[in-house]
Amino acid sequence: MANVALTGLKKSYGPVDVIKGVDIAIEDGEFVVFVGPSGCGKSTLLRMIAGLEDISGGTLSIGGRVVNDVPPKDRRIAMVFQSYAIFPHMTVRENVAFGLTIAKMPKKEKEAKVAEAARILQMEHLLDRRPSQLSGGQRQRVAIGRAIVREPAVFLFDEPLSNLDAALRVDMRMELAKLHQDLKATMIYVTHDQVEAMTLADKIVVLNAGVVQQVGTPLELYHSPANLFVAGFIGSPKMNLLPVTVEGVTSSSVTVGSPDLGVAMLPFRPGAVVVGDQVTLGVRPHMLGLGAGTRLPGAVQLVERLGNETIAMLRLKSGQEITAALGGDQPIRVGDRIDPGFAPTAAALFDTAGIALTRA
Amino acid sequence: MAMISGDTHRLRLIVRYTILGLIAVMFVFPLVFMIVSSFKPDLQLLTDTGSLRAFLPVGDISVNNYLAAFRRAPVGLFIFNSVVVTGVTVVLSLLVCSAAAFAFVFVEWRGRDLILTIILATLIVPFETIAIPLLLLASKLPWIGAEGLTFGWLNSYRVQIVPFVADGLAIFLFVQYFKDLPGELIEAARVEGASWGQIYRKVVMPLAGPVLATVAILKFLAMYNQYLWPLMVVQEETYRPVMVGLQYFFQLNRAWGEIMAYLSLITVPVLVFYLVLQRAFIASIASTGVKG
Ligand SMILES: Nc1ncnc2c1ncn2[C@@H]1O[C@H](COP(=O)(O)OP(=O)(O)OP(=O)(O)O)[C@@H](O)[C@H]1O
Ligand SMILES: [Mg+2]
Repeated sequence: MANVALTGLKKSYGPVDVIKGVDIAIEDGEFVVFVGPSGCGKSTLLRMIAGLEDISGGTLSIGGRVVNDVPPKDRRIAMVFQSYAIFPHMTVRENVAFGLTIAKMPKKEKEAKVAEAARILQMEHLLDRRPSQLSGGQRQRVAIGRAIVREPAVFLFDEPLSNLDAALRVDMRMELAKLHQDLKATMIYVTHDQVEAMTLADKIVVLNAGVVQQVGTPLELYHSPANLFVAGFIGSPKMNLLPVTVEGVTSSSVTVGSPDLGVAMLPFRPGAVVVGDQVTLGVRPHMLGLGAGTRLPGAVQLVERLGNETIAMLRLKSGQEITAALGGDQPIRVGDRIDPGFAPTAAALFDTAGIALTRA
Repeated sequence: MAMISGDTHRLRLIVRYTILGLIAVMFVFPLVFMIVSSFKPDLQLLTDTGSLRAFLPVGDISVNNYLAAFRRAPVGLFIFNSVVVTGVTVVLSLLVCSAAAFAFVFVEWRGRDLILTIILATLIVPFETIAIPLLLLASKLPWIGAEGLTFGWLNSYRVQIVPFVADGLAIFLFVQYFKDLPGELIEAARVEGASWGQIYRKVVMPLAGPVLATVAILKFLAMYNQYLWPLMVVQEETYRPVMVGLQYFFQLNRAWGEIMAYLSLITVPVLVFYLVLQRAFIASIASTGVKG
């Protein structure tokens, strides 16, 4: 077991900076998920922790020991790759035991560990097969089995579920969560799927273009995104972002206005925001409800009925489109004019630079 | 319907096998001619070439040519020499060239691209252009053997083997193949604690069956057919290989039957090698089963 600390971590390929100074503290036993759009540097960061990429700047420590120049095998980590990377010429048993064989573990002990891993992952019946005779989900189990037999201090996962179909992905996600509960090991998990991030993580790290945007629990990120990027990235359907003008400030409120909104007083500390600034109001589709709070009237353009909820797309007066997630049995139809509202305390407000204002 | 499609299917098969059969016959004819002729006396051999009888074991058939060939030259010794030189070179070459390619593809070190470029550049240098300098070099190289330190490698097996172990083409083929192996396999092995040597032995080589077979075949043929180099560096019969041995049969009286007998004999190791490797080749592909 070990904590992992990234301090000012940098990576460049020649003149191109890919990771631009990342600070993250990961506690022992925590399940941390790195999310971000494609190409933002998630894999690079994970591979730096694994020791597969060298570090251009900053320090990386695992279990209190700086490991910048320690080879992968001495970092007490195990990694599960997106392509599974199980050895095609070995049986499942040999694959799972690979690290133990390399470490010259006595046969008895090795067999016991493999049997234990196979039991945990429910793949006892697969041990003598070859990878070519396995399904995608089964190969994924083999890769995870190979990681757990070595009892590493830190598990690293690089999009381990992205090659599985949707149903299997949900199953494996739950199994991973269970595995984390059972093993209580530190796990770092890379994905660009925000549902995976929200469901698995103790702590989510949102990355964009090699810079950490926000670190927090799933609910912190959902309710208090630190900036516009996080606001747009976390949550489904996406948060509605409306351009508004500041019309007045007090020490604990900001009054904003726009043609769609009219005028609304919101409970935020203004910070550096002054009257006349163009700022952004953020309202989650699920925060909108019919018949309450600050109104956003518009015409229904599209209705999606999911049973448990109804997703409505509205066109506001200014022409902007927003999404509202309403109750399951709403009788609304395309062309209806409705005016859903939100509680000012549930909204988010971003200054001209896109940074969130703190709630008062 | 079923009848018709069954018939067209059969017709298609017949056409396909006829074409394949004709191609096979074209390839086999010279071989058949060689073997059949090796059992005929010279005079009949020459007159038969005007008709299909050239390919049939008819007329005065005997093993006299073989007996004569063995009387004329130490055929067994020549074959033994060629098998030793070829076999040792193929094995060493597979090891050395695959290890070199491994270092070029998977290990990062300074100057690696430059050195690989230089090695690949040697591919376009014909052997004939370096034969003379190589001969001078070989005639002066030191060796520590049973008689202690000696100079000059002429008249030995090693002079026929060592210069051909490292081979640009073989390295190139291995490099191409290794580049196509999934990089995550190597990374997984590294994370699991394997050293470079262990990755080479336990991960890369077991997956290299097809390229090993390819290089082995190419190298075998090149080495078994060596002529110019052994002619230059081997003056003693003791180390002479089969192709140079052919000279014994092109003396004043040219005995075609004996030549055919000799050629038939020296073809045997090639066939044995091919049959053995074909099985290993198929087995390696079957067991690898690399699949996405
Ligand atoms: N060897 C390399 N040389 C130059 N640039 C590289 C190299 N490897 C990665 N990059 C760049 O680094 C950036 C981050 O890549 P990385 O693989 O970490 O992205 P990612 O967040 O994992 O994306 P994805 O979700 O698509 O896997 C990309 O812009 C990529 O082009
Ligand atoms: Mg990636």
